[in-house]
Amino acid sequence: MHLVICAKQIPDPETPPSAFKIDSNAVVPAAGISPVLSPFDAQAAEAALRLKESAGDTKVTVISMGKESAQAAIKQVLAMGADEGVLLNDDAFEGGDSYTTAKVLAAAIRKLGDVDAVFCGRQAADWDMGQVGLGIAEDLGWPCAIVAKDVQLDGSALVVQRVLTDGFETVKEPLPAVVTVSNELGDPRYPKLQQIMQAAKKTVTTWGTGDLGLDASGVGAAGSKLKLVGLAQPQSGGAVQIIEGETPEEQAQGLVQALRDARII
Amino acid sequence: MAQNVLVIGEMVGGALAPTSKELLGAASRIAEGGTVAIALLGTGAQASAAEAFTFGATQALTSGDATYDVFRSDQWLPAAEAAIAQASATVVLIAQSMVGRDLGPRLAFRNGSSAAMDCSRLEMVGGKLQVTRPAYGGNALATYEFASALAVITVRAKTQEALDATAGATGATSELPGPGEARTDVVSREASASEGLQIQDAPIVVSGGRGLGDPEGFRLVEALAAAFGSERAAVGSSRAACDLGWYPPSQQVGLTGKVVSPDLYVAVGISGASQHMAGCSGAKAIVAINKDREANIFKSAKFGIVGDYKLVLPALIEALKQAR
Ligand SMILES: Cc1cc2nc3c(=O)[nH]c(=O)nc-3n(C[C@H](O)[C@H](O)[C@H](O)COP(=O)(O)OP(=O)(O)OC[C@H]3O[C@@H](n4cnc5c(N)ncnc54)[C@H](O)[C@@H]3O)c2cc1C
Repeated sequence: MHLVICAKQIPDPETPPSAFKIDSNAVVPAAGISPVLSPFDAQAAEAALRLKESAGDTKVTVISMGKESAQAAIKQVLAMGADEGVLLNDDAFEGGDSYTTAKVLAAAIRKLGDVDAVFCGRQAADWDMGQVGLGIAEDLGWPCAIVAKDVQLDGSALVVQRVLTDGFETVKEPLPAVVTVSNELGDPRYPKLQQIMQAAKKTVTTWGTGDLGLDASGVGAAGSKLKLVGLAQPQSGGAVQIIEGETPEEQAQGLVQALRDARII
Repeated sequence: MAQNVLVIGEMVGGALAPTSKELLGAASRIAEGGTVAIALLGTGAQASAAEAFTFGATQALTSGDATYDVFRSDQWLPAAEAAIAQASATVVLIAQSMVGRDLGPRLAFRNGSSAAMDCSRLEMVGGKLQVTRPAYGGNALATYEFASALAVITVRAKTQEALDATAGATGATSELPGPGEARTDVVSREASASEGLQIQDAPIVVSGGRGLGDPEGFRLVEALAAAFGSERAAVGSSRAACDLGWYPPSQQVGLTGKVVSPDLYVAVGISGASQHMAGCSGAKAIVAINKDREANIFKSAKFGIVGDYKLVLPALIEALKQAR
């Protein structure tokens, strides 16, 4: 089998709000905020690698669309246990929306040729759209199961347990197929030092529009139809009133009184 | 500019979902003279259509086929596409539910564009539709316009006002095609929702986080909710607590969990990460109980107690009982 993991590098999503600035329609993380592999993509990688272990005789390729720095995200997934890495890097890819991103990734999957299943995070933890996995599936004409917490192979189908708003659902989708993975899958594995060193030595293939047979006018900012026209920082609320007290009892009574005075209870 | 808006409706127990009423309200405000259509699929579609007319729909497209009762995007997608065509829609609104998360992107991609997901504001600015949504876990608010012929928008619950019901309002109805084949087979489903009052509906929500230290901490959180009144208060949790297996994911509040907008939100042992606040910032008042005065949660809270919840909660439960 051949599995593909789609991985994106993003500013650390657990960064405190104060560490973000907005400058001419771009979110600028403060100096020192390190770029990381989007956490749901790490879980997507974990799901694919678990499948590789249970199915045997499986190749796993990690693909990332991004700049040269995204090599780090690719290397991380290689260190986790993926076999090959592809970076999709072209100035023409920049400034796109989910649609153009999915188009580029789908073109790369098509070029790989023999792919059986694609694993994406449920959403990239920067823009939080949650569309790319579905977009790849639409482009390739494959089924897609979103928000997975468990993925198993059953013959020529994937059995996917999905998280619903109020419960769980198990679906069976015939291969080739796309899955988007959620945090309920569990923690991704930590690579061992030796794996990190091996991954560092691996060469990552780079493809651009020409390699993928894509027209620059259909990708990136030129191809996207969802136009970002403004970016702002949300206003934070008023000041908090800390309820003081010598003892927890005093604090508790103070809070109940404050809630009553404010007619909240 | 008048535009025809289509709402992809959802039903709960055969009745029109509250989020669908909110979407009809939003649709009525942005249609500017265009039609407001609703697509309803599954058992109860006709009755829900009648209800939808009273909440602002001018046209209903329905199929009462019970196969639609279980959402399978393979089957809903062709029906939604048929509804777009029948309603000559240029804007599609879907709730940011499991339906919207799945259908929104697919509908947009089929029309050569990307959807705007999880929007909290929709407005007409100089004849152009602008939508605003949180990005970077809520650290930024991004506003978009559409250069595509069709704008597909998923909308966050509780961000749009429903119209007041107009009794006796009616509209045009037409039939949507029945379901076709689904590639993806639903093998089984299990519900994990808590009984009784749901966190989305409760006027008071008490949530626990990783700071509880162990799953037993949730017994105290539940006791606090009971002290507020079990008919009014429900229990939620942060993702960290869900990931640790301390509380079911169905109770998770936040960007990837549920959106609540109660009168009172009490956060116990929750640091207030932006992705958590995305699910509760609509609360009228937030109370934070946290031992760290520097925790981000205090930036959004109206009232705060700095202290160990293990001491504060029993005292608070007692104080509430006395105040009754
Ligand atoms: C894309 C994305 C989506 C996410 N979606 C969500 C989501 O939907 N919902 C969500 O909640 N999170 C979400 N997260 C995770 C989020 O970023 C935080 O990691 C999470 O909310 C932290 O949970 P917490 O506040 O319970 O834990 P922590 O951040 O660990 O905070 C624990 C708090 O408890 C306090 N504490 C410790 N002991 C005590 C005590 N004895 N008494 C009182 N206070 C104490 C500490 O001071 C601390 O402030 C998401 C993250 C990403 C990247």
